[in-house]
Amino acid sequence: MTATLRAFIVKELRHILRDRQTLTILLLMPLVQVVLFGFALRSDVRDVRLVIVEPQSDYATLALRARLAAGRRFKVVAVAPTMAAVEPLFRQGKADIALAFEPGFAAQLEANEPARILLAVDASDPNTGTTMQAYARAVITAYESELGAQRGRPVRIVPETRMRFNPTLESVNLFLPGLIALVLTLVSALMTAISLSREKERGTMEILLVSPLRPWQIIVGKVVPYLGLAFANVLTALLAAWLIFHVPFRGSVTLLLAESLLYSMVSLALGVLVASLTGSQRVAMLVALLATMLPSSLLSGMVFPIASMPPFLQAVSNIVPARWFIIIARGIMLKGVGLEHLWRETLVLAGMTLFLMALAVRTFKPRVA
Amino acid sequence: MNLRILRVLLRKEYLQIFRDKLMLRQMILMPFIQLFLLSSAATFEVKTANVFLVDLDKSATSRGLVDRLHASDRFAVVASSASMNLANDALLSRDAGMILGIPHGFERDITTTRSGSLQLIFNAEDGALAGVTNSYAQQIIAAYARELGTEMRPIVTEAPRIEIRTRGWYNQELDYKDYMIPGILVQLLTLVGTLLTAMNIVREKELGTLDQLNVTPLPRSAFIAAKLIPLWSIALAELALGLMVARWVFGVPIVGSITLVFFAACIYLFVALGIGLWVSTTVDTQQQAMFISFFLILVYLLMSGLFTPVRSMPEWAQLMAELNPVKHFIAIMRAVLLKGAGLMDIARPLVILAVTGAIALTFAVRQYAKTSA
Amino acid sequence: MTDTAISVHNLTRRFGDFTAVDSISFDVAPGEVFGFLGANGAGKTTAIKMLIGLLAPTAGDARVAGLDVVKEIEEVRRRIGYMSQRFSLYEDLTVLENIALFGGIYGLTNAEIRTRSSSMLTSLGLTDDLVGRLPLGWKQKLAFSVALLHQPAVVFLDEPTGGVDPITRRQFWELIYAAAERGTTVFVTTHYMDEAEYCDRISIMVDGRIATIGSPSELKQKWGVPSIDELFVRLARPS
Repeated sequence: MTATLRAFIVKELRHILRDRQTLTILLLMPLVQVVLFGFALRSDVRDVRLVIVEPQSDYATLALRARLAAGRRFKVVAVAPTMAAVEPLFRQGKADIALAFEPGFAAQLEANEPARILLAVDASDPNTGTTMQAYARAVITAYESELGAQRGRPVRIVPETRMRFNPTLESVNLFLPGLIALVLTLVSALMTAISLSREKERGTMEILLVSPLRPWQIIVGKVVPYLGLAFANVLTALLAAWLIFHVPFRGSVTLLLAESLLYSMVSLALGVLVASLTGSQRVAMLVALLATMLPSSLLSGMVFPIASMPPFLQAVSNIVPARWFIIIARGIMLKGVGLEHLWRETLVLAGMTLFLMALAVRTFKPRVA
Repeated sequence: MNLRILRVLLRKEYLQIFRDKLMLRQMILMPFIQLFLLSSAATFEVKTANVFLVDLDKSATSRGLVDRLHASDRFAVVASSASMNLANDALLSRDAGMILGIPHGFERDITTTRSGSLQLIFNAEDGALAGVTNSYAQQIIAAYARELGTEMRPIVTEAPRIEIRTRGWYNQELDYKDYMIPGILVQLLTLVGTLLTAMNIVREKELGTLDQLNVTPLPRSAFIAAKLIPLWSIALAELALGLMVARWVFGVPIVGSITLVFFAACIYLFVALGIGLWVSTTVDTQQQAMFISFFLILVYLLMSGLFTPVRSMPEWAQLMAELNPVKHFIAIMRAVLLKGAGLMDIARPLVILAVTGAIALTFAVRQYAKTSA
Repeated sequence: MTDTAISVHNLTRRFGDFTAVDSISFDVAPGEVFGFLGANGAGKTTAIKMLIGLLAPTAGDARVAGLDVVKEIEEVRRRIGYMSQRFSLYEDLTVLENIALFGGIYGLTNAEIRTRSSSMLTSLGLTDDLVGRLPLGWKQKLAFSVALLHQPAVVFLDEPTGGVDPITRRQFWELIYAAAERGTTVFVTTHYMDEAEYCDRISIMVDGRIATIGSPSELKQKWGVPSIDELFVRLARPS
């Protein structure tokens, strides 16, 4: 590395370090978010508020009620004789699911006639709606086979279920790699885009161009300090994940760090590209937001599974770098795999970096129109 | 006199806003882009799970189970082998999401002891997804077991049966889109209300025009009002646009009263704008304004039940959510748009919003007066 | 109402340990063109900001247009005009829109705004374009005119001719003289020492204090220097 380039990088570093406010924001906020979201974001369904509609109570309805109330899943918030009570409770958001027995429930059971139950679920959130339903069904079916077991002997198939890589189904294990990606994107892509376009706006870029630095050197010089910052963020996030959330680290930490670095480079390249193509700071910010943050959070598989998306969006997600990083991160952290299983994804990220960087250097317009 | 100054300032603000072509274009595009993206991407529905079959029994009974799984359209056997190692590899390389392991002697066990076991191994990277897939699988297996039972002893008295019917209220097709879209509208409002306000005011700071105004006899209250009112009106316009797009482009039902929606939005905006104003007093550059606003908004949004239910959060987070105006507004939006809730139904969150808004705005104005000489 | 336009007495401003303005005192008579000179970092901008109410003094007091800048700041603001070092009119509004804005803020009637707008356009030779499109010299002249729009008693100009060509600078000073002739007190800071010669009186700030004050000819005689430039270099050079 030439002395000029080195001096330039040092200058850029000083810029960043002197802007105390921005520095604090960049280092602290991602950490705060990772910790906050790690604790708070869950998709498990608990404390489901249950309304029982019981026109007549008998031993069977009472037994089922007891079974539902036992255990931590359900909380019986009301018992009513008719369905009329359910509507207002749903509307006011005071109940999640209603279970209605038909009159003469126990009698039907005794007569071996189908005894009907209606499960009405507040399905505004279809995801939790389905899960709540499944939980309720499980309890009911268990009771049903219990009754049957007392009478005769039906066939039972007992599945032994194992949830690999995430035995406790911890949501945080799911979200954390995605959060890291998001944080990295924010720092790398957004910051670079804004910083570069700010220099363009102010005209200080022209000074750089008159200097012996070549365009690619200018870009590298600008990018390296942010790489450092991004790396610092990754380290803190991973430390938080490990120490606070006990997210497993089954694979090689070195590999994870290396891949994080790679991902940072892709984001940085994206940021530089955005700055190259836009005119002012504000435009750069808006475009960067749209082109990096939005896809990284929605289309990357961080929260919503890619497999559930319509085919068109699945195709689009292929060009979202975060998607590949999340696969890699989850692979390393949860499954403990190494490059032998992740080489495809790594190659994609590396390819993206080279491509975007090349594009950025090509289109680098140092002056604002 | 005061009203005249306000009018003069408002004219300036609106002129500036409408001359900012880029921003206008963004404002108009944003609802479309976000609604489209979020509504298409935001679903947890499992289409088809890829199953790796390790059938060591290869009996009629085991094949029967596999057929049932296939028939359900939710499971597809993508590979089969006798080697559990290959199956595990498939899980590692994500070629399959689930392993169905049927042990040798499955059929024999069922015919002799009326009880059999098998293995379901899931790739639980995505815990929620695995859980849902698991419950589907269990349902199918249980149904199959019942079938086998009746087949094998047709003469015996039937066992007691419970027949379960389910109905999903408010979201008949279990469309995740309907659930997400009120949240997206809230996000739009928050972006405009908080981010734009902060950026707008800090821009004047950065350019130096704020100093120029501070030297004039312009009352601070007039300045603040002139900043907030146009943004308030723009946010409401965004909401209207968003609602129209949601209704006519994406077919989201609007069950409740639109007037109520706008009423709640007006109140919510007090909070959003107040926060934007407060942010503008703490930073000096637009870049910082953007970052702080963005982080704040992100925290508010994620902790509000937009993506993950508040009720799934730990106790302390749920407490925090009670103080989160976004959470209440989203609850109001969902209740009114999807469930047709009326004023009385949303009274509680509405009051909380009003109080929070009053506090936020007062605090922000006080802070502004303090830090601008 | 006293007979000085600006009256400063032991005005001080400290930022933590650092004293930016150290107990300065001076008077400016009505209708005077007063040049407030000093090196960068001598405390000029801080002093001006205190006089126009953007910064509160740590100690001492100042009266502008006969009113106390701390206790009667609202009234002071009605009577002063300000042109900052950085151009601070709205670039995305037109000339007339800017005038209408500030006119409205200062309480001018619509009729007054109309008449003054058209006379301003004519005298400056401007068309009603977006201010951002005007060349620098015209922008400065516009900012100056807007500062005078409400006919203030005192107008504060912070480096008004920075970066402007000599012809425009000359035109600018003609505007300043015209204003002074009408009775407006002009308080101007500048780096251009030849402009110092145009002022009725000048003061030179060094390290937060006023090193000297008087009319240009008085000072040249007193210090035995051929030009204010020389005087400035002698006083402002770090010891």
